[in-house]
Amino acid sequence: MLAFIIRRLAQSVLVMLFVALIAFVIFRYVGDPITSMVGVETRLEDQEIMRDRLGLNDPVVIQFARFIGNALQGEFGISYRLQQPVTELILSRLPATLELAVASALIALVFGVVLGVFTALRPKSFVTAGIMAASLVGVSLPTFLIGIGLIYVFSVELGWLPSFGRGEVVDLGWWRTGLLTESGLKSIILPAITLSLFQLTLIMRLVRAEMLEVLRTEYIRFARARGLTQRAINFGHALKNTMVPVITITGLQLGSVIAFAIVTETVFQWPGVGSLFITSVQVVDVPVMAAYLMFIALVFVLINLIVDILYYVVDPRLRVDGGASGN
Amino acid sequence: MRNAIKGLGVALLCTTMLVSAAAAETIRWARASDALTLDPHSQNQGVTHNFAHHIYETLVDRDVDGNLQPRLALSWELKADDPTTWVFKLREGVTFHDGATFTAEDVVFSLDRARSEKSNMRQLHVDVDQVIAVDDYTVEVKMKGPSPLYPNNLTNTFIMDKTWSETNNVVEVQDYAAGEDNFAVRNTNGTGPYKLVSREVDVRSVMAINENHWAAEKPAVTEIIYLPIADAATRVAALLSGEVDIVQDVPVQDIDRLSSTAGIKIETGPENRVIYFGYRFGDAPLKSSNVTDANPFNDPRVREAMELAIDRDAIRQVVMRGQSIPTGVANPPFVNGWTEELNAYPAVDLDRAKALLAEAGYPDGFTVTLDTPNNRYVNDEAISQAVVGMLGRIGIQVTLASRPVAQHSPLVTANETDFYLLGWGVPTFDSAYVFNDLVHTKDGSYGAYNGGLYSNPELDEKIRSLGTETDLEKRNATIAEIWKVVKEDRVLLPIHNQVLAYAMKDSITLPVHPENQPLMTSLRFNN
Repeated sequence: MLAFIIRRLAQSVLVMLFVALIAFVIFRYVGDPITSMVGVETRLEDQEIMRDRLGLNDPVVIQFARFIGNALQGEFGISYRLQQPVTELILSRLPATLELAVASALIALVFGVVLGVFTALRPKSFVTAGIMAASLVGVSLPTFLIGIGLIYVFSVELGWLPSFGRGEVVDLGWWRTGLLTESGLKSIILPAITLSLFQLTLIMRLVRAEMLEVLRTEYIRFARARGLTQRAINFGHALKNTMVPVITITGLQLGSVIAFAIVTETVFQWPGVGSLFITSVQVVDVPVMAAYLMFIALVFVLINLIVDILYYVVDPRLRVDGGASGN
Repeated sequence: MRNAIKGLGVALLCTTMLVSAAAAETIRWARASDALTLDPHSQNQGVTHNFAHHIYETLVDRDVDGNLQPRLALSWELKADDPTTWVFKLREGVTFHDGATFTAEDVVFSLDRARSEKSNMRQLHVDVDQVIAVDDYTVEVKMKGPSPLYPNNLTNTFIMDKTWSETNNVVEVQDYAAGEDNFAVRNTNGTGPYKLVSREVDVRSVMAINENHWAAEKPAVTEIIYLPIADAATRVAALLSGEVDIVQDVPVQDIDRLSSTAGIKIETGPENRVIYFGYRFGDAPLKSSNVTDANPFNDPRVREAMELAIDRDAIRQVVMRGQSIPTGVANPPFVNGWTEELNAYPAVDLDRAKALLAEAGYPDGFTVTLDTPNNRYVNDEAISQAVVGMLGRIGIQVTLASRPVAQHSPLVTANETDFYLLGWGVPTFDSAYVFNDLVHTKDGSYGAYNGGLYSNPELDEKIRSLGTETDLEKRNATIAEIWKVVKEDRVLLPIHNQVLAYAMKDSITLPVHPENQPLMTSLRFNN
C-alpha cells in the first residue's frame, strides 16, 4: 500500500514538473509582458531595463529553474499587473471559485439525479421527451451564451437577480464568503446554474442510462416478484446501485468545474481565480498565469491520486504486487 | 376621486423619493478593467491614471476641451532671465487626506520620485535637471535645455506627501523584481476631491468625498463605487438592469441600441487617438511580398494608389457604425499643429489608383502581409479586414496576420513588419510628440515607433529643433512645414480618430474627456 502511494506521489510530482515546463514554453509565445506593463510612451531603453530587472532576458532554462526553485518555497513572485504577491492574490480569489464550484456541483448532483431517475422511471412520458430535448440544449450551448441569456432574462428583463459580481461578502478572517448575505446568495444563483448545466445534463444522462440498465436486472425482477413496493425497489435497490459510477464521475468533474469556471466567472465578473487568470492572460502576467496553471495541475493530480487510492482500496485486482496476481 | 387623490399622493411621494435618491449622490461607475496600482508613479497607464486623478492631484490638468488648466499649481512660466527653468507658483491652503499641509517640498519629492529609475513616468521627465523649492509655494524646475512644452508632461504626474511617503517607506517606487509589494500600492494619501474608503482589486473600490478639498465648488457626487466588469455584454447588461449608473467603455455595436433604450443616454466625443497604417520604406524588398526585387511601398505612386483605394467613410459607416472621425492626417484634432486643411482626405478613385499602380510597374498589383492587433483599439481587426478588401479592388492582395497587442507591438518596434496598423495618442497635445516617435529616423530615443523606418534627414533636423525652440510662433511654422512634407510624402496612412462613448442613466451627465479620463467631479445630476 505504502509503496503504491509513494509511486503515485512520484508520478504526480513528475506530472507537475511537466505542466510547469509546458506552461513555461507556452509563455514564450503569449507575447511580451513589458508591452502590456508599460504604455506606448515608455522609451525602448527603459523597457529594456525593466526586462533585465525582471530577468526576462535570461535563457528559458534559467528562468525555469528559478521558477521551480521559488515555487518549491511557495513563492510565485509579484504579479506584473497588480504588483501584489501572486500567492496572496490566488488565495484571496480562491474562496469565490470554490463556493461557485461547490454550489454548481450540488445543483448538478441534485437535479441531475432527480431528473435522471424520473426519466428512467417514465421513459415514455412526454415530460421525459421534453427533458431529454432540453438536456441536448444544455450540452450543446456554449457556457457564455447560457450565461448572457440568463443575465438578460433574470437581470435585465425581470430584474430579479444581479447580473455581475458576488454581492456583499463576509470576512471570516481566512475565508471571504458570499453565502452569508442576501445579496451574496442572490449573486451566486445565475453563475452556479450556468456552470452546472453541463454537469447536470451529464449526470442526468448517466443516472438514466445506469438506472434503465439496473431496472432490467434479475434482482429487481425478484424484488418485484417478492411484492416489494415500487418505492423500495426504485430507490432502495435500483438507485443505490446506480450511484457508484455517478459519485466517481461527480468527484472527477469537480476538478473540471474549478478549472473551467473561467468562462462563467468572466461572464458574471465573478471574482474567482478563473477571471483572475483570464485578465492575466490578456496582459501577459506570467507569474499569475504560471501559478494558476500549477494550482490547477495540483487540483487534478490530487483528485486523481485520491481516486487511485480509493480504487486500490475498493478493487483488489489493482493490487498488482499483491496476491491478486495469483488468480 | 379618492383614487385620484391617492394616485397624486403616490406620485408626489415618488418625486420626493427621487429627489432624496439624488441627494444621496452615489455613482456606480463601471469600466472594463481596474486600476493596476494605487502607487501614482508606478504605471503610465490610462485607466490607472483616471482612478488616481480622484485621489491624487497634479500640478496642471486638462479640461474636457483639452486645454491646460491650473490644479495644484496656480501659474507656471519660464524664468524671465533663464529659458531653461520653469517656475511654478503653488496653491496655498491645500491639505492631504491625513491633514498634512501641501508645500513645495512635496512637489520636489514627487517630481524626483516620478523621474527616479523605477518609475514608469520617468520618460516624461527625462529633460529635467533639477527640481528646487524656492519657498513654501514656489518650485523651480531646471531643465537640461530649453523645454518650452514641459508643463504638458505634468498632467499625469501626481503629488504625494513627502512625510507620509517617508513614514511608510515608499520613497522608492515599487520594484517588480523585489518580491514584495509596497505600501503605496494599496494605500493612498493625496490631496484629491475623494478619499479611498475600500478597495478590492478587480471587484470594487469605494471613494468618498473629501470635505476638506480646496475647490470652492463641491462636487455633486459624494460617493463613487468603481466596478470593473471585464465582459462587454455583462457591462451593458448591468447598466440596463440598473445596477450601475455609468459605463465608460461601451462596445461600438451597442451604442445604437443603448441610445434608443428608455432611461439611458450616450455621450460621445472625439478621443485623443488616431488610427493609421504604416508601411516599410527603403529599397530592400519586403519580406512578405511576391515582388522580390524592389519595395513597392517605397514608390510614392503606390502609396498614393493605396490612399485612393481606401474608403475611410465606408470604414466609418460599416466597421465603426458611425463612431469615428475619418481623417487625412495622423494627428488628433486637439493637438497643436492640426488644421482643417491637413485633415482633408481624397475621395476614393479606383481608376486613378489602378493607373498609378500600373505606372509604378505593378499593373497586376502585388502581395503583402498586413499585421494588425486584435484587442487594442476599437474594432482594430475589423478595420484591417475592411482595408484588405479595399486594397484587393486595385490588385494589392493582402494577407491579414492578426495578433494580440502584446505580440503585435514588438513587431512594430523591432521593425519586423511590412505593413501594420497602429493607434497613436498624443498626451502632450503637441505635434512634436508624433514627429519624435513616428516620423524621425530611428535613432536613440527618436523614432521608437517608426516601424517603417522612414528617414528624411531634412525633417529630422526640423523635428529636433522643435524641442528647444522657445519662440512659439516660429515653432508652429516649423510644425506646419513638417506636416506638409509628412502628408505629401504619405509617411503614414491615417484612417480616423477614435470616438469615445460613455453610456449612463439619463438622470446624469458626464461629459466625454478627450484623454478618456473623466473626473466624477464633472458629473452633473439633471433636474
